[in-house]
Amino acid sequence: MSVLQEISQNVRSIKQLEYAVLARRANQIQKELSQGVRKPYKELIDVCWGDPHSMDVKPLTFVRQVLAACVYPELMSSHKLPLDVRQRAQWLLGRCDGGSVGSYLAPTGIPEIVQRMSESIRSRDGGVPCNPDNIFISPGSQWSLTNIIQVLVNNEAPLRTGILTPVPCHVTTIMSIKSLGAAVIPYFLSEEHGWALQVEELQRALESAKGGCNPVALYVINPGNPAGYVQSRKSIQEVIQFASEKRLFLLADEVYQDCVYGKNSEFVSYKRVLAEMGPPFSDTVELASFHSVSKGFMGECGLRGGYVELVNLDPNVVKYIFNLICKDSTTPVLAHFAMDLMMNPPRPGDPSYPLYNQQTQDIKNMLVQNVKTAHEVVNSLPGFSCQPVEGGAFVFPRVFLPPRAIQKAKEEGMQPDTFYCMRLLEEMGVLVSPGCEYGQKEGTYHIRFCIMASQDIIDQVLKRLTTFHTKFMKDFS
Amino acid sequence: MSQQAVNGVPCRGKVLTVDNMNPNVKRVEYAVRGPIVQRAVQIEKELREGVKKPFTEVIKANIGDAHAMGQKPITFLRQVLALCSYPELLEDNKFPEDAKKRAQRILGACGGHSIGAYSASQGIECVRQDVARYIEKRDGGIPSNPDNIYLSTGASDAIVTMLKLLVCGEGRDRTGVMISIPQYPLYSAALADLGAVQISYYLDEEKCWSLDVAELRRALNAARQHCNPRVLCIINPGNPTGQVQSRQCIEDVIRFAKEEHLFLMADEVYQDNVYAEGCKFHSFKKVLFEMGPEYSSTVEMASFHSTSKCYMGECGFRGGYMEVINMDPEVKTQLTKLVSVRLCPPVPGQALLDLVVNPPQPDEPSYITFMKERTAVLSALAEKARLTEQTFNAVPGITCNPVQGAMYTFPRITLPEKAIDKAKEEGKVPDMYYCMRLLEEEGICLVPGSGFGQREGTFHFRMTILPPTEKLKVVLQKIRDFHVRFTQEFS
Repeated sequence: MSVLQEISQNVRSIKQLEYAVLARRANQIQKELSQGVRKPYKELIDVCWGDPHSMDVKPLTFVRQVLAACVYPELMSSHKLPLDVRQRAQWLLGRCDGGSVGSYLAPTGIPEIVQRMSESIRSRDGGVPCNPDNIFISPGSQWSLTNIIQVLVNNEAPLRTGILTPVPCHVTTIMSIKSLGAAVIPYFLSEEHGWALQVEELQRALESAKGGCNPVALYVINPGNPAGYVQSRKSIQEVIQFASEKRLFLLADEVYQDCVYGKNSEFVSYKRVLAEMGPPFSDTVELASFHSVSKGFMGECGLRGGYVELVNLDPNVVKYIFNLICKDSTTPVLAHFAMDLMMNPPRPGDPSYPLYNQQTQDIKNMLVQNVKTAHEVVNSLPGFSCQPVEGGAFVFPRVFLPPRAIQKAKEEGMQPDTFYCMRLLEEMGVLVSPGCEYGQKEGTYHIRFCIMASQDIIDQVLKRLTTFHTKFMKDFS
Repeated sequence: MSQQAVNGVPCRGKVLTVDNMNPNVKRVEYAVRGPIVQRAVQIEKELREGVKKPFTEVIKANIGDAHAMGQKPITFLRQVLALCSYPELLEDNKFPEDAKKRAQRILGACGGHSIGAYSASQGIECVRQDVARYIEKRDGGIPSNPDNIYLSTGASDAIVTMLKLLVCGEGRDRTGVMISIPQYPLYSAALADLGAVQISYYLDEEKCWSLDVAELRRALNAARQHCNPRVLCIINPGNPTGQVQSRQCIEDVIRFAKEEHLFLMADEVYQDNVYAEGCKFHSFKKVLFEMGPEYSSTVEMASFHSTSKCYMGECGFRGGYMEVINMDPEVKTQLTKLVSVRLCPPVPGQALLDLVVNPPQPDEPSYITFMKERTAVLSALAEKARLTEQTFNAVPGITCNPVQGAMYTFPRITLPEKAIDKAKEEGKVPDMYYCMRLLEEEGICLVPGSGFGQREGTFHFRMTILPPTEKLKVVLQKIRDFHVRFTQEFS
């Protein structure tokens, strides 16, 4: 009998992804395609993940030049690299023990880099002070989130720790919460109102938790994932007021802060709004805000870099968080450098600025165009309805599945939207993820796909989706 | 948890307090970066600010960070990684062909040919295949399945993941995990964090820190009273103790694990760091398979490796992997699920690992330089290991077991009674007091033995053998002089 028959219940409670069954089939199809099996398409397009580089969005030249020079400093003696690249690489390497990216990072990062990060955050927030001692780096925002949730979860308390999380919510957060033995308390975003977060719904969710678990924190993601909303200042204020009133710890996932497209939308950080609300809120509401190098223009998901900024925490608790991070200390040096490059990009006058500016503008224009096209195309199809995509990396349209399709899905033992996705994969070679993966109101169905991709890829996806959807709706009418 | 309203005005206590936070997190300590290091960092700051001290720099011999101590990176590895970071360099004829070939292969396996794309959570497939081949070659042909390889963010990440999987149960059924004393504090910290029960087994200082099955049995039987022992962790070559376990010992441990139905976790990150005559690294997996099907098809095991040690010393890249052996397929599904919560390990670290398991071959242009650099690093370490042992053993009051492998020395120090009393007065553990005094007087940062565990009444410190040979000689001399002074002061 296996020693491991019995494993952690927390691990067991993590749900298997719907994506897993789609991915298995996608792998098979990939094999079949490479063996020359005839299909209505020549290649698969996977737009499930927020992974820009894998979807033909190019890395930023400045970033990669600096990283290469840091990895292989011999490059700095060549004049092939622009002066500002060489200077930045020199500065960064000079901050490493032994002048090498191979040495361990101090758990809280290189002080000078974190100092610059704090200045950049201050500048982002219109002058709201930022204390570098409250910034903790990690191999990705989810890693930071897991650490903070870990501190919040008290498994010795009589009631299980509960965390309010949005519906829909991206998967990794839910997995992190469950893997730590905490309970998810879902609050529904209002699709009809552009996925707005409504305080009454927060109230309802909190009430529903009474007696079942002990709600300690409220998790928000802004800009949203999978739904592409960007919260207004007013909405953020309401959330902060609610958290204050109900004594909840605020977890603000802001990794898409550089991805805002809506003409009337603007990213404002929770920290800034909190500060501008003044006392008592500004010096009491406890907040952790998360960012990462994976999104935005850099899209360096594979480097694994992120950080959390803590606001208004009890200093004694922060000491323990520091200890936890020491044990866990494992941020790659290149990822930490990428944080510096993200938050301190080339400025006008720097040799790399023109190219940097060109590349980021191109990406921005591409995203705006993708969002526009996707929104238009999807909304033009009967049986689809898509809320405005103001920010983030994804489109999350609602698909009105005919009853016969729902029935067929049940027969095949699949969630209706997974069934839709499976069919789309088989018939058109496009891989998107089903709304059930993220949570949705009972009886509604959605799909999610990423628009952080080249225009060509998005055009292809929309073309194939249109053909498929039209046929699907007809077949199951 | 919420405060009562007073006169209708709510009290403004914190939501998250030391009293209501996760109690396990409060138990986490990590000696390698603990208070002594914090003091060292403070002293460095003071030096920079021009404060006068009896030394001009702090020598941080506390952490196994080779590059921080001046060890040079291996050229080939950095060339390929630079090419992966900025593929335009593939046009540059200053880079050798074999480096370019490796970079192209790695990039071809990355989404969009970029190391910035997410990889599969278990790691890039062709890297796992290369790792499997490396293991097969290392272990004389014993098959390794790439599906059993999980790439990770350094070996520590994989170790913690396995523990997360294994630790369960309540009260008397809570999982017990056997770890050696002295031990690498990641283990005790991870166990505290997970609320697992730590089952300590002592290594035998008199016998060069070897492992004795009778001691394992003693520890296990005592532990069965209050927990459910399920895991046995072993570090070979050892940290902090530097012993390289004999083949016989490894067989004994495997036999014990089978008899007692324990999951074996074999931390083998120092597998290339073996220096002593007559010592050889035997992988747990190899020994397991050579013991025949009765063991090789039943004993459940995970072995861990990393890019941070050996000759590479690339701690900052966070590259590593674990190989799981005989894992129940259902449990493997759970493991695969668990690693996906972290999304994926850093891709540059995965690329680096690929190079470590796929180094230049004799017929390739980079081979000569690569081997020269690799040999230089390992032979310097061997020399420093010998020098350290010799120097410390010549100091009255310090005894040092041979540094057979790894990167550390863990000598035993005799402390005068009066010194122990003084330490108690200052509220410090005696070897912490000793190390703090050494830091303040000589600017040398070591980690006290209490951070790793030791037999009651004995005191040790851990020092790395990483500083360059000339500097190491100075460090050894200073510690020797300090020890003599210290002993005299408290005589």
